[in-house]
Amino acid sequence: MSGDQILGVDRLTMRFGGIVAVQDLSFAAERKKITALIGPNGAGKTTVFNCITGFYKPSGGTIRLSHDDGRVIALERLNDFRIAKQAKVARTFQNIRLFPGMTALENLMVAQHNALMRASGFTLLGLVGAPVYRDAEKRAIDLATDWLRRVNLLDRADDAAGNLAYGDQRRLEIARAMCTEPALLCLDEPAAGLNARESAALSELLLSIRNELGTSILLIEHDMSVVMEISDHIVVMDHGVKIAQGSPREVRDDPKVIAAYLGTDEDEAAAVMEGGS
Amino acid sequence: MTAPSTHTAKPATGIVALLKSAFINALIALVLFSLMVGIRTEAGHDGQLTYWTRFGELASLVAIVFGGSIVIELFRQWIGPTGAEKLVPPAVRNGMSFLGRYLAPALLIFTLLVPVIFYNQRYILDLAILVLTYVMLGWGLNVVVGLAGLLDLGYVAFYAVGAYSYGLLATNFGWSFWICLPLAGILAAFWGVLLGFPVLRLRGDYLAIVTLAFGEIIRLVIINWQDLTGGPNGVSGIPRPSFFGIPLDNSDDGLAAKLGIEYSATHRIVFLFYLILALALLTNWVTIRLRRLPIGRAWEALREDEVACRALGINTTTTKLTAFATGAMFGGFAGAFFATRQGFISPESFTFQESALVLAIVVLGGMGSQLGVALAALAMIGGFELFRSLEGYRMLVFGMAMVLIMIWRPRGLIGHRAPTVYLTKAKAISSDLVKEGHG
Repeated sequence: MSGDQILGVDRLTMRFGGIVAVQDLSFAAERKKITALIGPNGAGKTTVFNCITGFYKPSGGTIRLSHDDGRVIALERLNDFRIAKQAKVARTFQNIRLFPGMTALENLMVAQHNALMRASGFTLLGLVGAPVYRDAEKRAIDLATDWLRRVNLLDRADDAAGNLAYGDQRRLEIARAMCTEPALLCLDEPAAGLNARESAALSELLLSIRNELGTSILLIEHDMSVVMEISDHIVVMDHGVKIAQGSPREVRDDPKVIAAYLGTDEDEAAAVMEGGS
Repeated sequence: MTAPSTHTAKPATGIVALLKSAFINALIALVLFSLMVGIRTEAGHDGQLTYWTRFGELASLVAIVFGGSIVIELFRQWIGPTGAEKLVPPAVRNGMSFLGRYLAPALLIFTLLVPVIFYNQRYILDLAILVLTYVMLGWGLNVVVGLAGLLDLGYVAFYAVGAYSYGLLATNFGWSFWICLPLAGILAAFWGVLLGFPVLRLRGDYLAIVTLAFGEIIRLVIINWQDLTGGPNGVSGIPRPSFFGIPLDNSDDGLAAKLGIEYSATHRIVFLFYLILALALLTNWVTIRLRRLPIGRAWEALREDEVACRALGINTTTTKLTAFATGAMFGGFAGAFFATRQGFISPESFTFQESALVLAIVVLGGMGSQLGVALAALAMIGGFELFRSLEGYRMLVFGMAMVLIMIWRPRGLIGHRAPTVYLTKAKAISSDLVKEGHG
């Protein structure tokens, strides 16, 4: 595969008891590109995500994250919070997981926890009100404000996250993930439940994250208008295995993908494949 | 007579439905009370069982339940649809928010003046010290339960560790209160961490049960480790606190003699009052401060959603441990104060009932709210004393008062949450959105 990849998944396997959710999956995500992981429901996409972000420990295979500075981190060996903290992988959730009782601004401040903890001398400097910490907090608020502006929620900064509209919550969750200043942003169905206008705004937001900040993005998405518009590379999964990959155009015309999405049985799929090739 | 509404979505409002629900309640009361009240058993002269029936009392109780449920139902229909917030008229709510702004400073000024106003009333001063002790315990537990959302049923263990730390260090080594106070806090925090390590992977009910067991273990160890703790006999002769080295007694180098004023036993009480007030205010100040630091925000985030915390790179284990240790440290301080105030400690002071009482204060006050916890401690401890004249019915009246408060304000006296940081204006967050935590 190409040398400039940020994420390399190699022969990833995940079993739950006797059920094989993901089998020998290999793919790569390129640096400063948007890679989409698509497939029908139950294909194992979220399982792959949970393996990458450390919520599951893979049964087999390797996941390598290479940073800009050449550091390579074996994600399958780190557990949950360390992946976000050390490997700088941020994620959002399929069912939004904000802190509903905290304001939008507070949500973004929590995201900067590790940086602020260091600045507050692990609480001791902060407790006595050291100027070092006060400056750091001010910078953190500035970063949070900047992100609130980007996701168009600046006027809702002091409202509880649980009170925001659904689409706003989706965008706030992305902003929160970005406030951890990640190298790789993993988005689990960011367009789910959004209307056409909101989806378009989301596409714009993701493109700006890639173009202006150079953050690599890996996303799971069912909304094909979003996927086809913004993805640089698409990986298609079905029943835990990769069935196709390539540019949006290549994937769109792939008979196996069409078969998987139309839900044909295996014989028919084989027939479609033969017919197509 | 109107027929009861058949719509399932709407609660029945007809008189038949009213009587029906009252009848069902009376029936439940009959079943419950028939054995508890209807039949009275006692051991006779020779140890045989004697019993007699009290159908009169039983009948009156059932009648009270019947009448009471009709009154409550009518009351409910009169006020409007059920729903916790609607029970409070908006005018009252506006008045409350106005009160809320000035209540805390007013209370603080009043508290500072208590020894001046009630100088000659020893009973009120003692009660005030007791209330402040529970305010401090409530504020300490509030860090664990209210902010971090970890249900701790064994908080009394840290209170005991603090009390015994001071009691034993002072009686065995003759160390002064001011050296032992931080040590008691550190030791309690240490036990908090020790407990925390194995149990913090548990969540919800499981965590509650294990902390409950931890509280009991500490008490049992104290009872059984006779060589060190004196077992059930407790530790006696614990030195009273000194005013930074100057004893508060009748001797020639006592504080009264040095100041050239006449000695009075009240001096010590007043000193203890300001001591616990200072300790409680320290707890409050540190907690308020911590809430605005990253660690405090992480505690609250943990209460809201632990999975999201991990996804943001927050080490949930150490975050929980710091919450546990901080809460335990304040419990330890309060314990050391308790030991020096009483001069005598025994395992009897550290039963589960204490944990339950402190937890009730935190829940009643509104989890996470400092003012709410202070008010709840005042209501619980002061209110309990208020009903002293009712003697046998004290618990009954008190329990009913608690139930009514929880119906009136299900999320505690002060349920809303104040944000820790804001851009333009701090808006209170409704209690409906704030999570209670799950582990």
